[in-house]
Amino acid sequence: MYKYSKEHLEYLKQIKRKKIFIMIMRISIIVLFLVGWEVLARLNLINTFLSSSPSKVISTIDSLIQESNLFSHIGITLFEVIVSFLVASIIGVLVATILWWNDTIAKIVDPYLTILNSLPKVALGPIIIIWVGASTNSIIFMALLISTFISIINVYNGFISTDIGFINLLKSLNASKKQIFLKVILPSNYKTLVNCLKINISMSLIGVIMGELLVSKKGLGYLIMYGSQVFNINLVITSVVILGVISYLMYFIISKLEEKIKN
Amino acid sequence: MENNILEISHLKKFYHDLSSETEALHDITFDIKDKEFVSIIGPSGCGKSTILSILSSLEKPSGGNIKFRDKSCVIGYMLQKDFLFPWRTILENCLIGLEVNNTLNEENKNYVISLLKTYGLYEFKDKYPDSLSGGMRQRVALIRTLAIKPDILLLDEPMSALDYQSRLAICDDIYNIIKKEGKTAIMVTHDLEEAISVSSRIIVLSKRPAVIKKIYDIKLTDRKNPLHNRKTKEFPKYYDMIWRDLDVQI
Repeated sequence: MYKYSKEHLEYLKQIKRKKIFIMIMRISIIVLFLVGWEVLARLNLINTFLSSSPSKVISTIDSLIQESNLFSHIGITLFEVIVSFLVASIIGVLVATILWWNDTIAKIVDPYLTILNSLPKVALGPIIIIWVGASTNSIIFMALLISTFISIINVYNGFISTDIGFINLLKSLNASKKQIFLKVILPSNYKTLVNCLKINISMSLIGVIMGELLVSKKGLGYLIMYGSQVFNINLVITSVVILGVISYLMYFIISKLEEKIKN
Repeated sequence: MENNILEISHLKKFYHDLSSETEALHDITFDIKDKEFVSIIGPSGCGKSTILSILSSLEKPSGGNIKFRDKSCVIGYMLQKDFLFPWRTILENCLIGLEVNNTLNEENKNYVISLLKTYGLYEFKDKYPDSLSGGMRQRVALIRTLAIKPDILLLDEPMSALDYQSRLAICDDIYNIIKKEGKTAIMVTHDLEEAISVSSRIIVLSKRPAVIKKIYDIKLTDRKNPLHNRKTKEFPKYYDMIWRDLDVQI
């Protein structure tokens, strides 16, 4: 077996040390935050009625599981997120493809895309409810409004900034537009597409929660809304904590999938 | 002439943009014989590459005629940079032309593999381009161009992205490959020495809008590979003449 030089071993050690340090720091921040929060609450330095505490969050989670079926709330929110994530990603890539295909259409719709993307969608909430109805559909519709335009814009920008040399190479081989798309545009935009999915997953979550705040009978957004209406700050904070965990998990899954595809 | 594989007459090209119109090619007429190696040289920005772009139908001419001996004449275009796809292996990169033309079959694939074997790239066939040196990448680009069995090779400053030493070596390499495969080649370059050492004819273009200033038949005693040709006694003579034609002013 090949033996590394001392310097190389030292170098490997250093990288490992840094990795461990980052991990420790990450964990300490959350531990410190939770412990600090709990201690301040126990010493009555903060009002637990207004700002809750980790132990209260845990007991709230426990009672939610026992009494009001927490998992079905999480389930319905997740379902809405996944549906809007999938639909927004598919529409995003599809529309971006059409725009790449036909430069004239792209130029025509460009200002409208910008307007639609920057419009504060929450302002459309009441109209959406009237149009689509007070149901899961309007929640998904809201999420789609928020995530679709940004994914169209991101993917399209990726497509048009593909290296012209690659395209010319295929053109010199008399490639059709379809071949250029499949053999150059798509593979060279792999990173853009993965990034678009990553952004989309958080956009969909934001959109779904916004939709649930407006109209819902179930879901984490509903719990937050209900909690604030009956002034149960505990419930609000607990739901927000669960949301944070879910969004991290979803991001984590996408990153793992990306790694897996890469190999 | 019987032996002409390509005849270009009165080629014209304008480029248009909103604020102006640029005449790149004014009036270009020349023939290319079968298995000939011709270089086109001229001051930078004179429209040398435009000729190749038109021949490979990447761009449309504004006027003039291009006549190939055979209607089915296949053109291989080798660009300045290698443009190897980083997501494809060396072999997959070499097969792209066949895939695009829908002619990827066992026979053609074996031909590409034999090219890779002949030119010392077989062991890298499953590697990705980023693990190859600049010179090797350029050789892969040439094999990719040869894969579609072109009748005419268009070379657009194929060595200019390399450092001087690899350039001399790869120039020899590419020249030998083209000769061995018996191809006709048209090379655009701004490197006088390179042009004299590889070509049997040199077409010198004027400043934009380009016309043909002169065509040189390069006759070297004891012509061998490009590196050797640089040492022949006629080499400096041609160098001086063409240098004067180019009329470089700073």
